[in-house]
Amino acid sequence: MAIRRGRGVAAINYPTGMNLGGDPTQALVHSTPTGNFMVTLSSVDLGQGMKQIMAQICAETIGVPTDRVVVDTADTDTGPHCMGTFASRGTHRAGNAVIQAAREARQVMLEVAAEELEVDARDLETDGQGNILVKGAPQKSISIFDVALSAHFKRGRSISGRGMFLIPRSYPEKETGAMKPSTCYAHACTVAEVEVDDETGEVTVLTVKNIFEIGRALNPKMVEQQLVGGSWMGISHALYETTEPYYPSRDHGGTDFNQYLMPGPGDLADTEIIVLERPSADGPYGAKGPGEMCANPQIPAVANAIFDAVGVRVDTLPITPERILRALKAEGTV
Amino acid sequence: MELRKSYFADVRKDDLHEIGQPRPRLDSPGHVTGKTAFFADHNFPGMLHLKMVRSPHHHARIRSIDTSEAEKHPGVVRILTARDVPHNVYTILILIQIGPEDETVLADGKVRWRGEAVVAVLAETERAAQEAAAKVKVDYEVLPAVFDMEEALKPGAPLVNEYHGQNYYLYDSGECRKVRFGDVEAGFAQADHILEQSYQSSPIEHAPTETTGCVVAPEGNDRFTCYTNTQAMFFTLDNTSIILQMPGSKLHFVGGTVGGGFGGKVDVIVEPIAILAAKLTGRPVSFVYSREEEMQISSPRAAEKVVIKDGVMKDGRIAARKVTGYTDAGAYSRHSPYGAQKGAGHYPGPYTIPNVWIDTYCVYTNRTPSSAMRGFGVTIGDFALEVQMDKLARLIGMDPLEFRFINAYRDGDMKAHRQPTEGAALIECMQEASRAANWPVAEKYMAMSSYEKEA
Repeated sequence: MAIRRGRGVAAINYPTGMNLGGDPTQALVHSTPTGNFMVTLSSVDLGQGMKQIMAQICAETIGVPTDRVVVDTADTDTGPHCMGTFASRGTHRAGNAVIQAAREARQVMLEVAAEELEVDARDLETDGQGNILVKGAPQKSISIFDVALSAHFKRGRSISGRGMFLIPRSYPEKETGAMKPSTCYAHACTVAEVEVDDETGEVTVLTVKNIFEIGRALNPKMVEQQLVGGSWMGISHALYETTEPYYPSRDHGGTDFNQYLMPGPGDLADTEIIVLERPSADGPYGAKGPGEMCANPQIPAVANAIFDAVGVRVDTLPITPERILRALKAEGTV
Repeated sequence: MELRKSYFADVRKDDLHEIGQPRPRLDSPGHVTGKTAFFADHNFPGMLHLKMVRSPHHHARIRSIDTSEAEKHPGVVRILTARDVPHNVYTILILIQIGPEDETVLADGKVRWRGEAVVAVLAETERAAQEAAAKVKVDYEVLPAVFDMEEALKPGAPLVNEYHGQNYYLYDSGECRKVRFGDVEAGFAQADHILEQSYQSSPIEHAPTETTGCVVAPEGNDRFTCYTNTQAMFFTLDNTSIILQMPGSKLHFVGGTVGGGFGGKVDVIVEPIAILAAKLTGRPVSFVYSREEEMQISSPRAAEKVVIKDGVMKDGRIAARKVTGYTDAGAYSRHSPYGAQKGAGHYPGPYTIPNVWIDTYCVYTNRTPSSAMRGFGVTIGDFALEVQMDKLARLIGMDPLEFRFINAYRDGDMKAHRQPTEGAALIECMQEASRAANWPVAEKYMAMSSYEKEA
C-alpha cells in the first residue's frame, strides 16, 4: 500500500464556432454627439466578459480608448440578430461583425474629419487617444469629440456602421463525409501530475501545466480567467462529476452543491497556463475561440497520469476511487 | 499565465493598441458588489409562479390527468396541460432545418423520461404552486424503458420516441454520420499492431451559478417582455414564436447578463410556457428552475460511448483509425443530432492518418434528454482519443509525447473530412509542454514546425 505518483500528457484541437457554419451574427456601431461609441448587439454575456471584449475590438478598430465604447447587448428590440453564445463562437463571430461595423463608422468619421481639416480622408490616422491626425503632419489634428459634434450638428452625417459575419453553411457529403466543420482551430497540450493512493483509490492532482494556442489573447487577463476556470472544470470532469452515480438507478443523483461532487478549493491542482498565439486567418485580430477547448485536455492527461501511477486503466468517466480500486483488484495488484 | 511571444512571431504583428491589453472588465465592479441586474431582479406586482408536475416514470402512457384538487388549492390561478399549448410538439433545431419535431412542451398521452413536464401550475406564490402541483393526479400505465444505447439499437427494443420511429437519429447519410477516407481495412492489414478499445462517460451537470429561468411581463401594447438568461436570444424568441403560434413582433426578449451557461441555457424550455402562462392569465409570470431541477431535469452532457480501433506501425505512424461514436440523446433530440455530427467532423483528432472510418450515432433512450455542453461533441471524444494515444505509444514502446509529434497534423495535411489543415499549432503546444513540464523529447521533434517545412 503506497502513494504512487504518475504523469500524463494529452494534446487536442478544437473548432471555433458552430459546427458546419451557417451561424450569423450582426452588430451596429454609432457615435454619440460627443464622440463616444455605442455597439449594439443581441449577443449574450455569460459572465465570460463578452461585452468587455467587444468594447476593446470596437475601440481598436475605430482608434479610440476602450473606455469611450459602450456595449448595449441582448435586447431583441434594439440589437440585430446573433445566433447565440455557444460553440466558442462569441468572440470570433460577434468580434468580426463589430470590426465590420466599426470600420464603416470609422470611415465616416475620417471623412468628416477630412472636411474639417480640408485634407483627403486617406491622409488621416487616429492616435488611439481620441484624436485624428494628418499622417506625417501630426500638428494638424482634430479631436474625435469635435468631429462627432461636427457630424451631428454641422454636416449632417451619421457616424455609424453595420456589421455582419457569416461562415456559409457546409453540408456533409453523405457517403464520404466531406465537409468543412470549422474555419479555425485552437490547440492545447496538457501535462498532469497525480498521486494515487492505491489503498483508497483517491487521486490528488498535484500540478497541471496547460499550453493553449488561441490565435490572439485579446485581453490577457480575461483569457487567463477563462483558461484557469476551464482547467479546473476539466479536472472535475475527469475525477468527480456525474448526475447519475449509480446509473441506471437514478438514486443518489446530486440535487445541490453538497451532493453533486465537484472539487473544492483544496482539491485544485497547482495550475500553470502558457499561451501561444498563431493568429487565425479569419478571426477578429486573429482570435480563435478558447472557451470550450480549455476544459478538454486535462481529462485524458489526468487519466493517463493515473495509469502511469498505478498501472491500471479506467476508461469510464468519472475516474472515481471505486473504479480505480476495482481495476487494481482485477489486475491482482492489491 | 504567461504569453510566449517567441512562437509564431514571424506570422504575427503585435502593433495593436487596445487589443492585447489586460483592461479591467467594465462589468466586474457590478458583479462583485451585487449591483448587476440579472433576470430574476425583475419583479412585478401580481407576478405568478410556475411549477411543473413531472413524470415519476421513465416511460409511461398517460391514461388521465385530474387537476380538480389542485385547482381548489388556495392561491392557484391557472393550470395548463398539453391542449393549452398551440404548437405543442416542437424541436429547437427546426430553425436550421434539423427535424423532425419530436418533443412536447407538456406531455401529451405519453412520458418518455423521468422528470418530463406534464402539467404547469400557476399560483400566487411559489409555495402554493408547489403544493398544488403535488395534488395533480396523473394516472400512468408504465411501459418498458430502455436505458442503454446498445440495448436501444437492438431489434425489439422499446421504441422511445414515435416521432423518429427508431431509436436513432436518421441523418441523410443513414443511421449515422459517416466519414470515409482512404482504405481503413488495407491500413489495418499493413499495421504492425491493432488496438481496439472502448471508452464511456456519464452525464454531467453544467452547474451554473444562476439556474435557468425567466420572468415574463405582459405589456400594455399586446406584447410580452421576457427577461431571460438564455444563451441565444433570437433562437429562443423564434422557437417561442413557433410554439405559441405568435408573431415574433409580439415578443420582446431582454437578457444578455447571465450567471454562467456552459451550454446549459441553449435549450428553449422555460420561455415558451412562461409566456403562454402570461398570455392566458394576463399577469406577469416567473418560471425559475430550482437547483434540483437544474441538476436533475435540465439537459446534462450526454453519456457517450466511443470505440476506437487503430492500426499502428512499429515506427510510430498510425496507419488506420476507425471510430464509432454513440451519443445518448435521452428521449428527445434537442441539440444532440448536431453534437453527434460534430464528433464526426472532429475525429480522428489532430493527427494526420491516411485511412479513416468514422460513424457517429445519435441514440434515443429513456434517459433525461441531453444537449449542448462546453466541448459539445468533442470533450468525450478527446478523452477517448488521447487515452488511446497513450495506450498506442506504450504498446510500441515509444514515449507518449514523441508518439504524438510523429502523427501531429501540420499545415497542408489533408484531414479525413477532406479539408486541408490550416493554422495548425499542435506541434508548438507540445514543444512548449515539453519545456514547461521538463518532459524531454528528441531534438528532431523540437525542430519541427506546424507551418514551415524542415530544411
